[in-house]
Amino acid sequence: MSPFMTKSLKLLGGLAVAATLGLGMPALAAGGHAKKLQEAEFSFEGPFGTFDQAELQRGYKVYREVCASCHAMNLMSFRNLGQKGGPFYDERYSNPNDNPVVKQIASEFEVAEIDPESGDEVMRKATTSDRFPSPFRNDEAAKASNGGALPPDLSVMAKARHDGANYIYSLLQGYDPEPHGLTVAPGQHYNVYFPGDLTSAWTGDHDKVPAGGVLAMAAPLSDGRVTFDDGTPSTLKNQSRAVAAFIAWTSEPHAIERKQTGVAVLLYLLIFFGITYLAYRQVWRGKH
Amino acid sequence: MSDHPSTYTPKTGIEKWLDARLPILRLAHDSFVDYPTPKNLNYWWTFGGILSLCLGIQIITGVVLAMHYVPHIDHAFDSLERIRRDVNGGWLIQFVHSNGASMFFFAVYIHMFRGLYYGSYKAPREVLWLLGCIIYFLMIATAFMGYVLPWGQMSYYGAVVITNLIGAIPIVGPSILTWLQGGFSVDQATLNRFFSLHYLLPFVIAGVVVLHVWALHVCGQNNPTGVEVKSKEDTVPFTPYATVKDGVAMILFLMLFAVFVFFLPNALGHVDNYVKANPLQTPAHIVPEWYMLPFYAILRAIPDKLIGVIAMFAAIAVIFALPWLDTSKVRSMRYRPVMRWFFVLFVITCCLLGWCGGQLPEDMVFSLGKDTAGHAIGLKVVHLSQILTAYYFAFFLIIMPWIGLKEEPLPVPASISEAVLLNHTKHS
Repeated sequence: MSPFMTKSLKLLGGLAVAATLGLGMPALAAGGHAKKLQEAEFSFEGPFGTFDQAELQRGYKVYREVCASCHAMNLMSFRNLGQKGGPFYDERYSNPNDNPVVKQIASEFEVAEIDPESGDEVMRKATTSDRFPSPFRNDEAAKASNGGALPPDLSVMAKARHDGANYIYSLLQGYDPEPHGLTVAPGQHYNVYFPGDLTSAWTGDHDKVPAGGVLAMAAPLSDGRVTFDDGTPSTLKNQSRAVAAFIAWTSEPHAIERKQTGVAVLLYLLIFFGITYLAYRQVWRGKH
Repeated sequence: MSDHPSTYTPKTGIEKWLDARLPILRLAHDSFVDYPTPKNLNYWWTFGGILSLCLGIQIITGVVLAMHYVPHIDHAFDSLERIRRDVNGGWLIQFVHSNGASMFFFAVYIHMFRGLYYGSYKAPREVLWLLGCIIYFLMIATAFMGYVLPWGQMSYYGAVVITNLIGAIPIVGPSILTWLQGGFSVDQATLNRFFSLHYLLPFVIAGVVVLHVWALHVCGQNNPTGVEVKSKEDTVPFTPYATVKDGVAMILFLMLFAVFVFFLPNALGHVDNYVKANPLQTPAHIVPEWYMLPFYAILRAIPDKLIGVIAMFAAIAVIFALPWLDTSKVRSMRYRPVMRWFFVLFVITCCLLGWCGGQLPEDMVFSLGKDTAGHAIGLKVVHLSQILTAYYFAFFLIIMPWIGLKEEPLPVPASISEAVLLNHTKHS
């Protein structure tokens, strides 16, 4: 191979690298179709963030009084509410089943049970170890009551959507008035944060298809919908924020423990690295 | 190395007794203490040790997870949440295992690119390379089946898409598909057998790893110069030299691992996998895990399903053939001024194929404007994937054999020691 050929090949290689990088970069900037989510700036964000217990309590209240009438939370038991990091955790009760607030909450619900004497289904007061009762007997009953749409279980919802907590926070506040030119079917509701493609329902300008999508859930929250016991103003924003925080917690109840363990693990590894690196320098001295 | 005489001397009575019956301590001593390693190995060579660590972590966490996991379509999803919520330390074990798979692939890709750059597949290390390829293939199978176990939406639809690829094979395809799925769709039978195989394959991998290490210890390690070890001057004993260097690299690797496990545990996964599998609701965008994306892009780059499937498997198969495709007499690309550029381009191609695999084929990479009907004109992801796929195969099948014959390599040092000394004079 002549030096000229080597040079040209090098140049070709270099150009190809540059071209590939050049092509790749703008592609990474491509975006989605729903409106950019609002940033709630939750207390639990970041490596050192923790849940605000009062906010979790408000969030539970919003869930119980509004969301729970349609949405199940099958993975949650009442005892979870009193576990470390939970909305009703009290350090006097390391066993959440002893926590009187949790006991009180559980006792306000009734759950079905098979009577061992007769085999009939009977209702009894819930205990701390029971799961949150579902609002409907089965999925079919849930669909029948909701225009054919199944309200999803909310237990892990904050993990099941991109930027879940901010998504819930935004979605609940995203019921903007329908833009003129958008055909929304009966039983459907327009929301700027709901992912979807409205092109087929849009009669206006091709380039100005509105952001967002339509979903079966009507706006569930509004100013004054839930009264907060701690005097926090019952605005739509505060309710959305509280329930988003609560669902973020139910989605991963050990999130704070996870991050705190992580800080300790990284510190340990850092010290371990320092010692091992010094040993490495010592061992290899004069060898390379 | 094979001609390296054993220097193990049993000291205590028990050691002497055992050495006469099963010289296992002698084997360990000769392999991991006295074993001579080239003294110029850089940090790219630490990934072999890191990979053994990854395999160990996956097996230990996996065995514990299997104690709590329920392989049933109605319970699998909830059993994973139960592990994360109610099993003591379960959240840690589960996140280590799920992120561990990503870490394992991250390390194996570096390990493979290192072998490619420094020519570690060339004679006499072809069998070593082939064993490595087998391990990689088994890793793909294991990871794919493991990803199905949580029975989320991506688990389910990933299994549907990948098993159905087999159905593209003419005549026998549909029968094999039914046999593989254990029925006429991805269902309970599929989940159960995937769980069984996901538990089995890591031990098969461990077995092949033993062969891989054995083959390595027969030929000895390659090194950044690609020049074979010539004298004792060129090597240092494995312990303490390589052990302490591997140790440093392992701790740095564990720090990266910890950042993902403790602070970004779901960043490498897909949110849809936190939605329980629903055979009646196909997700808008089915994507595999990041480490499979380049092959997924190759599959979708080709409009014909059967040829796409063949191309995808060929992309893996061609790696096996590498020792016989490279015609260059020089091992290390350090001394191959032309080839190294094509190598850089190859790494970028793999990364970009990965990016393409995560996009919809009809999405635009960039658009130059709109045609009269209002459709964007420009480069679509599928077109970029086609260009990249062409380069991927050209790299192995055309560039590798051709450049090897034509290229004028730079002068190669006479020995490892000379290269090390040369490096010193250059820096001082």
